[in-house]
Amino acid sequence: MSETIEEKIKSYRTAPFDARFPNTNQTRNCFQNYLDYHRCNKALSATDQDVAPCDWYQRVYKSLCPMSWVSKWDEAIESGSFPGKI
Amino acid sequence: MAHPSQLGFQDAASPVMEELLHFHDHALMIVFMISTLVLYIIIAMVTTDLTNKYILDSQEIEVIWTVLPGLILILIALPSLRILYLMDEINDPHLTIKAMGHQWYWSYEYTDYEELGFDSYMIPTQDLSPGQFRLLETDHRMVVPSESPVRVLVSAEDVLHSWAVPALGVKMDAVPGRLNQTAFVASRSGVYYGQCSEICGANHSFMPIVVEAVPLEHFENWSSLMLEDA
Repeated sequence: MSETIEEKIKSYRTAPFDARFPNTNQTRNCFQNYLDYHRCNKALSATDQDVAPCDWYQRVYKSLCPMSWVSKWDEAIESGSFPGKI
Repeated sequence: MAHPSQLGFQDAASPVMEELLHFHDHALMIVFMISTLVLYIIIAMVTTDLTNKYILDSQEIEVIWTVLPGLILILIALPSLRILYLMDEINDPHLTIKAMGHQWYWSYEYTDYEELGFDSYMIPTQDLSPGQFRLLETDHRMVVPSESPVRVLVSAEDVLHSWAVPALGVKMDAVPGRLNQTAFVASRSGVYYGQCSEICGANHSFMPIVVEAVPLEHFENWSSLMLEDA
């Protein structure tokens, strides 16, 4: 809370512990951050604000999600068949 | 790595594995003592000519052989639970690596900063150099910095696999569509071998895992080189 989001992104090492996903299964952690990145982008650009804070979610999902999952989801978003709500 | 006709664990290369090793020594010692006692009693009973037909019960021995096993069980349970909770401690990883199982090789992804990914195939026996280990060596190793907490996210692209490195005390199933998290700290630099631990088809025995722990500067050099080659 004392760090700004820019500082947090600059000193990023890897995805930190997320108390919402404390257990072995991190599938939802990856997917949630992917969704949050796209939702953040959509929400901030809709009101013409700077989308830089959304980079945090991108760093986290890039750390956690397998590259093959990310490319599959990116393609699904492009083609309009992505199953998540963005 | 394991040695021919090895019976015990490999030398521990992580704090968790050290704990597991010591606990195993403790539990096994109790098992040996009980087995020796039981074997002695069996032999003594079988080789005696004495017969006693008049003892029907005894409160004292009943108390002893109820309380003593209870105490022994507590003696085993307390360190066991301690390690169980120790393994579940929240850790703060410095690095995240994804290990993806395929038929029949592993691929590793280091995507905290750049997108580094590479495949790790077993070196066939006919291509080994002198001194290399049969069925254990791979063309690319998973390099990690020593003494840094590392998070490994294990998954699979086709069928079930399992990512295991005994010296680090790590085994985690690789399930398609699921991301399983495990973590370790390599206490010292070295090369640690493991093998796929879930039956996955014809070449299940031929997709080993090699983790190479190096000092941080060497890890940084290695990752720059790997990114250039990609």
